[in-house]
Amino acid sequence: MSLAQHTPSPAQQRRAAYRRRQTIRSVLVAASSTAALGTLLVLAVTGAPGWDRVRESFLDPGIARDALPAVLSGLWLNIRLLVCCAAGALLLGLLIALLRTLRGPVFFPVRALAAGYTYTFRGLPLIIVLYVLTLGVPGLRLQGMPSVLVLGGLALVLTYGGYLAEVFRAGIESIHPSQLAAARSLGLTYRQTMRHVVLPQAVRRVAPPLLNDVVALQKDVGLVSLAGPIDAVRAAQISTAETFNYTPYILAGVLFVLMAIPLIAVTDWVTLRSARRQSGG
Amino acid sequence: MPVLTCRGLRKEFGDHVVLDGLDLTVEEHQVVALIGASGSGKSTLLRCVNLLEELDDGIIELDGEEISDPRVDPDLVRRRIGMVFQSYNLFPHLTVLENVTLAPRKVHRRVRAEAEAQARELLDRVGLGAKAGAYPDRLSGGQQQRVAIVRALANSPRLMLLDEVTSALDPELVGEVLAMIRDLKADGMTMVLATHEMGFAREVADQVCFLDGGTVVEAGPPAQVLGEPTQPRTRQFLHRIIEAGRL
Repeated sequence: MSLAQHTPSPAQQRRAAYRRRQTIRSVLVAASSTAALGTLLVLAVTGAPGWDRVRESFLDPGIARDALPAVLSGLWLNIRLLVCCAAGALLLGLLIALLRTLRGPVFFPVRALAAGYTYTFRGLPLIIVLYVLTLGVPGLRLQGMPSVLVLGGLALVLTYGGYLAEVFRAGIESIHPSQLAAARSLGLTYRQTMRHVVLPQAVRRVAPPLLNDVVALQKDVGLVSLAGPIDAVRAAQISTAETFNYTPYILAGVLFVLMAIPLIAVTDWVTLRSARRQSGG
Repeated sequence: MPVLTCRGLRKEFGDHVVLDGLDLTVEEHQVVALIGASGSGKSTLLRCVNLLEELDDGIIELDGEEISDPRVDPDLVRRRIGMVFQSYNLFPHLTVLENVTLAPRKVHRRVRAEAEAQARELLDRVGLGAKAGAYPDRLSGGQQQRVAIVRALANSPRLMLLDEVTSALDPELVGEVLAMIRDLKADGMTMVLATHEMGFAREVADQVCFLDGGTVVEAGPPAQVLGEPTQPRTRQFLHRIIEAGRL
């Protein structure tokens, strides 16, 4: 019985024909309902009494073109900050998660500090951390004080490190104890077990939520502009103040979405892949 | 000198006493089968010997050295003991070859090429050479368990502990794992195995120990313990096994 030789029975041929008809039907239904909803939305927005006024103040192509260079150079700051802060927060999160899994009385203060850190920085609003670090700390007038940009980045790393630490910890704790027993029974030390058996599996398992937090970080890096550095949103705000037209904001928003799409796509792909792996496919 | 000596082992989980003054001696090249109902302490005994559980009392000696002494480094003890689990416990993120070479490379600090050559030789001997690059989830249960045995053997252990290694397998896959254990015995490996396979215990074991209530109730050659048990509790247990059609 090879696959190639099999001829479908009349019953199977009827079933296949029925399924084909059903598929065509559902594609047609989806297309027409999408078209109907789209038309309704366009009519509702453009037919609104204030539409012309809104279009002028939010969707002016000329103003968008003028604001583009400033907004783009702001966006470049966002990108650089994102890369540095994401790397820093991931490293810090992993370190804190590992410290929280250490056992033994010697490590009690380390464990307590790590736990205190995650509790504090997950509870503290990011804006307050930013103000304290970028406005408060420079006030100390210490030698070798880093720039406001670095301090702002530090605030982001500290805040997001707290969230990422908990994601990493959840991953570490999700590894079944039998994996640890197997590793230890081979003579691997606790550190070797973590390094070669637990962490590789844990990181793979929590990659989707980790990336999701990085997507959120992407939007929050712009908050450093509260302390002075000009990011994309701040640049848009400046050109808005010059022209009394809100189009630069829309421009910045569109650019943010475009920048997020690759990262979100990677997140979805990783999620899908790990779901497939777990189902043994 | 015996390879393994256990004297007066006691282990409690909360209010439940799992091992209650258990004694056991395993001589070199000897195969000891532990039988008994679920919860009789077979697995706990093996886990205590491998120092995966902390004893509540008693002494364990490996080659005359007291390994239950808290000053002994458990990592050094475990290198000398191979353990195989009921649910295989292979590392799912590593290939078969990486599973087998992990301990030789990281624990014994062998260079990769040397560890891999040894692993391939071991895998070839059990007919799994072609699976070296595969991930565990691509293997049948029987193949996974044989890899787990090879992984334990790669440490060249002094003693092998086998914890119901065929219990999770489909019936048609049990044979290939038992054949491998038979070969190990022929090579002179010292083994303690917890098992529900009475026929196999009778064939391969030099000594059968019936555990009940946390102690060895009856021990002796398989023909005696399984054929003419003297203790009423052993007779009762074997009677239930026969009723279930497992002997």
